[in-house]
This record gives sequence, C-alpha cells and structure tokens, in this order.
Amino acid sequence: MSIENIYWLILLIPFIGFLINGILFSIFFKNYSKISGFVTVTSVFISFVLSIFSLINFNDKGVQLLDSFDWLMIGDVGIKTGFLIDPLTSMMLIVVTGVSLMIQIYSIGYMASDKGYSRYFSFMALFTFSMLGLVLSKNLIHLFIFWELVGVSSYLLIGFWFKKNSAVVAAKKAFLMTRVGDFGLMVGILFIFSKGQQYLDIPTLYKGVSSGEFQGSGLLIMCILLFLGAVGKSAQFPLHSWLPDAMEGPTPVSALLHSATMVTAGVFLIGRLFPLFESSSEIMVIIAIIGGFTAVFAATMGVVSDDIKRVLAYSTISQLGYMVLALGSGFYAAAFFHLFTHAWFKALLFLSAGSVSHATGTFNMKFMGGLRKHMPITYVLTLLGALSLIGIFPFSGFWSKDEILGHIYLQNSPISMVLFILASLGVFLTALYMTRVIMLTFHGSYKGGISSENSSNSKSEDNDHPTEPHESPGIMLFPMIILGFLSVVIGFLVNPLIDLGFVSKHAFSHFLEHNLFFDDPKEFHFVFEVAIISTILAILGIVSAILVFKGKLNIKNNFVYKILINKYYFDEFYENLIVKKFFYNKIGSLLSWIDENIVDKSNAKISDFTIYLSKKMSNVQNGHLQSYGFVFFMALTVLMIVFFISNLNTGDSWLDLINKLNSEIY
Amino acid sequence: MNGLISIIVFIPILASIIILALLRNDKLIRRFSFSIVSIELILTIFAFSLYDKAKGGIQLVDFIEGWIPIKGFNANYLVGIDGLSAPLVLLSGILGAAAVWGSWRIKNRVKEYFALLLFLQGVVIGVFVSLDLLLFFIFWEAELIPMYFLISIWGSGRAHYSAAKFVIFTLFAGALLIIGILAIYLSQGINSFTMVSIPELNLQGIPELMAGANLLIPVSIIFWLFFISFAIKLPLWPLHSWLPDAHTDAPTAVSVMLAGILLKMGGYGIFRISLGFFKNSSFNFDIAAPILVILGAISVIYGAILTIRQTDLKRLIAFSSVSHMGYVIIGFSSLISVVSINDTLALNGAALQLFTHGTITGLAFLLVGLVYDRTHTRYIPDLGGLTSKMPIIAVFFLIAGFGSLGLPGLSGFVAELMIFLGTFQVGNIFAIATVIGVFGVVLAAGYTLWMIQRSFFGNKPSKESPVSKDFETLSDMHILDVLPVLVLTIPIFVVGIYPRLLTDIIEIGIREMFLL
Repeated sequence: MSIENIYWLILLIPFIGFLINGILFSIFFKNYSKISGFVTVTSVFISFVLSIFSLINFNDKGVQLLDSFDWLMIGDVGIKTGFLIDPLTSMMLIVVTGVSLMIQIYSIGYMASDKGYSRYFSFMALFTFSMLGLVLSKNLIHLFIFWELVGVSSYLLIGFWFKKNSAVVAAKKAFLMTRVGDFGLMVGILFIFSKGQQYLDIPTLYKGVSSGEFQGSGLLIMCILLFLGAVGKSAQFPLHSWLPDAMEGPTPVSALLHSATMVTAGVFLIGRLFPLFESSSEIMVIIAIIGGFTAVFAATMGVVSDDIKRVLAYSTISQLGYMVLALGSGFYAAAFFHLFTHAWFKALLFLSAGSVSHATGTFNMKFMGGLRKHMPITYVLTLLGALSLIGIFPFSGFWSKDEILGHIYLQNSPISMVLFILASLGVFLTALYMTRVIMLTFHGSYKGGISSENSSNSKSEDNDHPTEPHESPGIMLFPMIILGFLSVVIGFLVNPLIDLGFVSKHAFSHFLEHNLFFDDPKEFHFVFEVAIISTILAILGIVSAILVFKGKLNIKNNFVYKILINKYYFDEFYENLIVKKFFYNKIGSLLSWIDENIVDKSNAKISDFTIYLSKKMSNVQNGHLQSYGFVFFMALTVLMIVFFISNLNTGDSWLDLINKLNSEIY
Repeated sequence: MNGLISIIVFIPILASIIILALLRNDKLIRRFSFSIVSIELILTIFAFSLYDKAKGGIQLVDFIEGWIPIKGFNANYLVGIDGLSAPLVLLSGILGAAAVWGSWRIKNRVKEYFALLLFLQGVVIGVFVSLDLLLFFIFWEAELIPMYFLISIWGSGRAHYSAAKFVIFTLFAGALLIIGILAIYLSQGINSFTMVSIPELNLQGIPELMAGANLLIPVSIIFWLFFISFAIKLPLWPLHSWLPDAHTDAPTAVSVMLAGILLKMGGYGIFRISLGFFKNSSFNFDIAAPILVILGAISVIYGAILTIRQTDLKRLIAFSSVSHMGYVIIGFSSLISVVSINDTLALNGAALQLFTHGTITGLAFLLVGLVYDRTHTRYIPDLGGLTSKMPIIAVFFLIAGFGSLGLPGLSGFVAELMIFLGTFQVGNIFAIATVIGVFGVVLAAGYTLWMIQRSFFGNKPSKESPVSKDFETLSDMHILDVLPVLVLTIPIFVVGIYPRLLTDIIEIGIREMFLL
C-alpha cells in the first residue's frame, strides 16, 4: 500500500463511519442504532492506528508532499487535492484521532439513553473527519473547505439537542461568529491568490515567502485578515464570546471541541502559515498581544462563573491565548507543545465535568459539593487534570507552559516584558479558578444537584436523578483514566529536559522544527527561574481560592464582580447593540423602507402614470365627427403655417411655395 | 445525434398539447406528465453526456434554413448546445422533473396545470438551445403564457397582482430585447440572426460579424438594451421588485421553476449576448464593467439584508435569490481583465452559479412547499420545532440552507469561490466588490440559520400560533416527495464534491466565447 493511500484511509474512514451512522442507522435501521457507537469508535480507532503508523513512517521519510488529482481546473489555474505531511500534521493526526477516540468511547456510556444516539455518533465522526482533512490539506482552498466543515460539524453538535432553544441559539452564535473570522480568512486567501495562483499550494507559498514575493504594503493587511480567521475559530479576543455558550451541546462534544478539534484549528492555521506571519514583524506583535491579552482576559471571567463547563471554556480560551502568544512571539514548537499537552488534559477535564453532571444532573457548581466521597475516581482524575492545567510540576501542563513563559522571558524586550507579566498573571488566575472548581465541586457538603437547582428556580419538573450521586460507569471512566495517565506523563515523556535514552532531549520541539520552513536548528532551554516564578504564582492562586472557599476572602458583589459576571458586556454589545439595534433595526428597516417605498413604488408610479395617460388619451376618441374634423383642420393649418414660416427667408414666391408643398405631399 | 435537441425541446410542448386535446382522466394526466418529465430528464442527461469535450464548439445541431419563407429574411431554425448551454439544459431537465414530480398533490384543474407546466419546461429549454435570435425571442416570450396562468390560477395571496406584475416586467424586458435584436439585425454588415458561428454549416454568427459591422444605433445603447432586459429577468437590483411577489404567490412547483430555471434565462442571456456579441465589438467594457460590479455588490448586500427581515419563508428565499444572483454579475464583470483562459475563473464561476443556485433554491422552494402543505402557513413566527415532527424534511432543509450559505462540499461554495478568486484579482473596485460579496456570505449564514432556527428548531410553535393546535398530527415527508427532493439534492452534493463534472464543460463554452 502506498503511503498516499494510508492518508486517504486516515481521512476517509471516519467519513465512512459518518455515512453509515447518518444514513443506515439514522434512517433505515433505527432499531439497531446501538451499533452506531461502535461504528464511530472503530472508524476512529483505525484512523488512530494508521496515524501512529504514519508517524513512524514520517520519522523515516521526513516531510512529504503528495498530490492527487485536480479538483478544479480552469485553463492552467488549478486546485489540486493533496496531502502536506509535515511534523505538525503528523502530531495533529495523533492528537485528533487519539483524543477523539477516548471521547467516542466515553460517549458510548454518556449518550447511552439519548434518542439521537446514531445522529450523535454520525456527527462526531463527521467532526473528526473534518478536522483530519484540515490538518492534512496541502492546499489553502481545501484547508478552507475543511475549516468550514469543522465549523458546521460543531454547529450540528452544539445544537444537537435541537428542542432546547438555548442550544440552537448557541450553535447559531458559534457558527456566525466564526464565520466573521472565516470572512477574514477567505479574503486573506484571495489576497494570496492575487499574488499568484500557484500560492494556493502551501509548500509553494513557503517558497514564495522565503524568496521575498510577499513583501510590501499588502502584507500586513493580508496577515491581519488571515489572523482574523484564526481569532474566530480559536475564540480569541474579540471573537471569543461564542465559546462559553457552546457548552449547550452534549459534554463529550465540548470535550472534543475544546481539546483536539475546532478551537485548535485557529492555532493550527497560524502554524500552517507561520512563515507568512513571521515575515511581518508587525503582525507577529499583534498576534502576541492578542494572545497574551486573551490569556488573562478570559481567565478573569473564568474566576466568577458558576457553571463548571463555562469555567473550563474560559480556561480553553485562555490556554489558546497562550498558544497564540507563543506563536506571535515566534515560538512555534512551544506553541504546539502546549497544544499537544493541553488537548489531553482539557479533554480529561471536560469528561470529568460530564461525569460529575452524569451524577448530579447539573453543571451548576453551586448545587454540587462534597462529591469527593461519592465519586473518588472522578475526583482524582479531575485533580490530575486541574494540576496539569495549572502547571504544577511534574504534570504535563507544567512543561509546556513553562516552555512558553521561559522563551518570552529570555526574549528581553519591552514588549516581551509586558507579555511575560500578562502570561504570569494568567498562571495565577488559572490556579485560582481551577482550585475554585475543585473546591466547589468536590469539597464541602453535597448541595443536592439538579433537584435543588430546580426547586431554587421554582420549577416543578420531575427528575429521575438520584439524590445520592454515584460514580460513572466503567465505559466512561476507562478513557478518563487513560487521559489522566497521559496528563501526568506525556509532557515530560515526549519533550524531556534530559536524554532519556528512548527519547532524546527536547525531542518534541526538535521534531516539530523539522519542517519545510525552519532551516537552522534552534536551541531549547528550560529556564529555572521562570519555573520557580510560575510555581509560586500557581500556589498563590491555589491558596487564595481555598481562602475564598473557606469564606476568608469575599470577592462577590463588588463592581469588578459585576463586570466579570456579565462577561464585560460583550454579548450585550454584539448581540443587542450591533446586530439587533444597529444592523437589524436601523440598516435593515432603512433598506426595507427603500425597497417598499422607492424601488417598488416607482414601478407603481409608472403604471399609475400609464393608466392616467391612457384615460386622457381615450377622451380624445369621443366619437364626435365634428371634433375629429376640427382637430384635422386645425392640425393642417398649423402644419401649413409652420411650412410657410420655415420657408419665409428662401425668397421663393407664393406660387412656388404652393408647388413645393404639393410636391412634398405627393 | 441530430434531432436530439429538438426532441428535448418539443417533447414537453407536444405532451402539453396531447394533455389538452386528448386526455381526460386526472390520474392518467398525472402519470403521463410524470413519465414525460422522466423521459425528458433522461434525455437531458443523455444530451449532456453526449457533448464531446475534446471537440468543443456547438454540438447536436439541428438546422433548417429559412424556416420562415420570406425572401431576404435570414431567420433559421437553429438549435444546439455548447459548453455554456449544456449545463443549463441539464438543469432544466432536473428542475422540470422536480417540479412535476413534486406536484402530485394538485387537485384543482389538473389538466391545465400539467399542460402549462410541461409547456413551460419546453419553451425554457428552447431559450437555452436556440442559436437564432428570432427563435430565441419566440421562446423567451412564449414562457410568459404558461407563467401568467400558473401564478394567477394556482397561486395564493395576491396571485393576480403578482402574475400581472411578472408579465409586465417580463414584457418590458422583451420589448427592450426585440429592439436590441432588430437594431443588430438591421445593421449594415450583419443582417443575420445567427447567434454563434458554426463553421460546419458555413454560418457566420453575430459575434464574428459585430466587429466589422456598421451599427444602426450606437453600440453602447444596444448593449444596455440587452443588458437591462436580462437584468430584469435575473433580477439585478433595482429591477428585482417583481421577483418576491411572483415567488411568494406562485404555487410550489412554479416557484421551483421560476427560481430554478427562469431566472437563469437572464443569466444565460448575459453570457450569450452581452458577453458573446459585444466583447469583439467596439463596445467599451471599461466603463460598463465597474458599473456592473457595483450593481452586483449592491444586489448581494441589499438582497441579503432584506432577506434577514423577511417573515414569510417563500419571500425570504426569494430575496436570497436577489442576493445570490448578484454574485453572477460580480463574476461576470471580471470579463474586463480577461486576456487568456486563465483569467476566466470568475466567469466560469458565474456560469456555474446559475446551475448551483437553480438546484439549491429549487430544493428550498420545494421543501417550503412541503412544510406549507402540512402547516398551512409560511409565517415564520408561527412555526417552530418542526424537526421533531418532520425530521427528514428538516435534514433536507438544512442541506438546502447550507447550500445557500455556501458551505464547502455543496455546490454553491464552488461557484462563489471561483467568482471570488477570479474577481478579486482584477483589483481596485472589483476587489472591493468581491470583499463585499464575501461579506454577503456571512449575512447568508445569518439569515439562513436564523430562519432554520425559528422554523425547525426549538420545542414547538408558540401557543398563539395556529400551527400549535394540530402540531402533534404533523407528518414527515411522503414517500412520493422523496424523488423530487433527491433529484435536486444529488446534484448539489455531486457538483460540490467534484465540480469538474460541470466546470470542464463550462470552461469550453467560456473559452469559445472569448475565441481564446
């Protein structure tokens, strides 16, 4: 089997899973819908095994460019399908299929009693397929195609419970806000195309950049537009507000969306087009600042939210901010190392949140508490994930986050100092909100879960959730345990500080830099003082969260709290002010008015005028012979007068004129 | 294969005469019509596949010289297909089948209904295959007759008003068209109705003759006469106001035909005549093209914003057509920079957009018809939560919606992408208009998803809504509706996944139009 076919299989097998589940089990064999879980798990598993195989193969062969067929061809302008296999792709294949596999297994348990079981698994397979296509694409157009398919899969999954209005609204919001980013990406691609049609091919684009084809005034605008795409997809400021709402979907969806697919697409895009971004120092600064700002900005909102999944969502935005910050500062390998570790522990945290809500029926942490006794395995696993996210030695998040912090620290410029302070502040806030989650959920006493939430909302809905929470079934715990294990070790294992024998020093970072655009091998350092600083900050965060939980510190009900709980009023600003008040009510109604009263009415006016004219004209034909005769003679007289007057100066005699008139008439 | 195209044109027309003259039984008429459009679909697919891409040019030509026996009057019967018209003939076959198959519920005056619908299909195909201007004009005008009756008899709401409005607008377009045709025919050095050159028949077409002709009236006047005529049909802002009314009040199948193929007559004319006749003439596109691209961009945005505000499902889709047809004009305007075939990406995209919009919007109208049959309302605030009662309709509605918002993998994306890529690189005002066009896609996502959310998602309609009373009794798609829905859905996917099935043929048509 040629290597190209393996990539086709990796890509298409989940798609086949989608078709089988979406057509066979959703329509024709509804009674056998339980099989659909296994279909998706199997297809993703095959892709995962093949991805590992391709990674091993990659280590032998290095970067591969595989062209297939011309997807579109007008004259010599063509768009070729093909695969670009570089370290980034190889890594992403593992992340996407690996994380997805764990989540699909978990879903078999989590979604067991849902009516849309087959539909769920078909969408999940589609989601995996789209993300795989995105990371494999060699061509910007195909990258965009899969980029959009990722968007639509997440639309379908966020709005999976279509009867729930909030879910549908959240799905629409996610799709539309990322579409604003896609607008930028599309126009950016148009810019690239206008520089030369061959640059749609990404390796050719790299060559074009290195030979200086992309310099000049247009570069910054082009890069800003492309970056806008990443901002939308990776929920960076100011297009961040869709991600917390995207919690409305089933929890495994959030796990997948926040770890390996969708939001990582934006970071991946920056990595894919890294040489282009790197050629403009201005855009790099913009990227770094947006990333650094988002890292802190999102974390602040995470501190006050009571919904466990929302806190995790804000933490995703914040962590993506770190990755974007790293990319903007030029640390390609560090950014993707963090993406790699983050994928595993964030998936774990979401699955834990799902496990918690499986037991309590709610995501509101106010009604949890004390779960440590009831679900000890989930507790330990959540703790592992949280410590990894906070970045405590030796969990995986520690290594990747410190790599980013250390690099920025070593950069030693005024801007990097600001960024370093932002990033460190982020570390403190991360520790704060994650500890708060742990305390509210697992410590203290149990507050009754969904039943007390319903009674506090004075709803009289029945619920069949047991008042006594219980540990989740094995099919859910199994993937969580694997993810928990990875959260602990994977950071050190793949990118160790020292030669481990089977893994060499900084293996992951060196591996990532073996791509098409980095020529000189870079030095990677572990900065000891940064590790100390960040650990101190993290511990500070943990301690303050515990103090707040114990009631020693009061953060509620002040001005800052109000702003944070309202998410800095961004939803209000976008949805109410811009979309509703300005766009829909002002511009929309203006155009409606124009359409009805000018465009359409002008037609009515023309037809009115025609009718008026025809009425007047018909008056002339009144049937009276004498008036016809009168008009006839009057007209003749007028014509003759005109004739004579016009011939006055010719000097002809009266008789000549009569003759001339005669000859003109006949 | 000579005769095939004539057969395709006249089978539906003959069938409509047979229905009127011979058939009495409603059931028989229905079956007869179903089989006629099925045969027609097979024949159009056959004709499309017969087109030899390697050979190019006009193929499957039927030619009767001087079919109007007046001395010195050079009107011929000349039909055939080329790369531009072949996809549109196929589209007409598909849409005609969907419209007739989807009309099995019609109970009122079955005989006249199917006769008119078949006649409509025949004459519209006639427009696409005519290569003689007089014949083209006859088919162009003949389309009005069935349309008027179809809207005013089987329509709803202000059907008579809308039918009359449609007729007046189209007649006006026809009047401009005939002036343009006569001005060309009567010009010194032309004296011909032949729309393309066919070397095998020793026919010199107007595109060739235009260069050396001594035109009766200034060339720019002739250009705009034709263009305005086609722009009304397309429709282009600000000549669109007939469209929402006609669409909203027409019966389902007629809306399908109207959006699916009748609008494409305008688009086809723009390519065949506004481009084909004038690009070798002395007409200066340097002024016209920027005007066109601005009008196109206005259509896109204006149409999209008005779409957002609509509360009637059909009217909403109608306004979205205004927006989508704007892309055709944006892509068309890129003709200004064409030097080689490599610059024609946007023109190919615009021609492809005619096809893709036909299937996507046709599907949308068909599904709205299905919803209306069940809920008896198209008023969006009265709908809601339909997915739980009609999941399969919802799936197809989602497909139509995603097609309309340009989702990759579906055909609309490919056409719009080609238009964007090709027009943006022209630069200046064209690039700006393209960016506006790209933004139109964002708006398209907005109005489509909002519409789907309000009508199909959520729990159930509000208590005040008339639908909520019988909500529990609503049913999903009938087995007979699967066929028309599928015949429209399949091309949406096929072209979206592998667009070269169409673009390879369209490219030939565009290439020959520029004599590249």
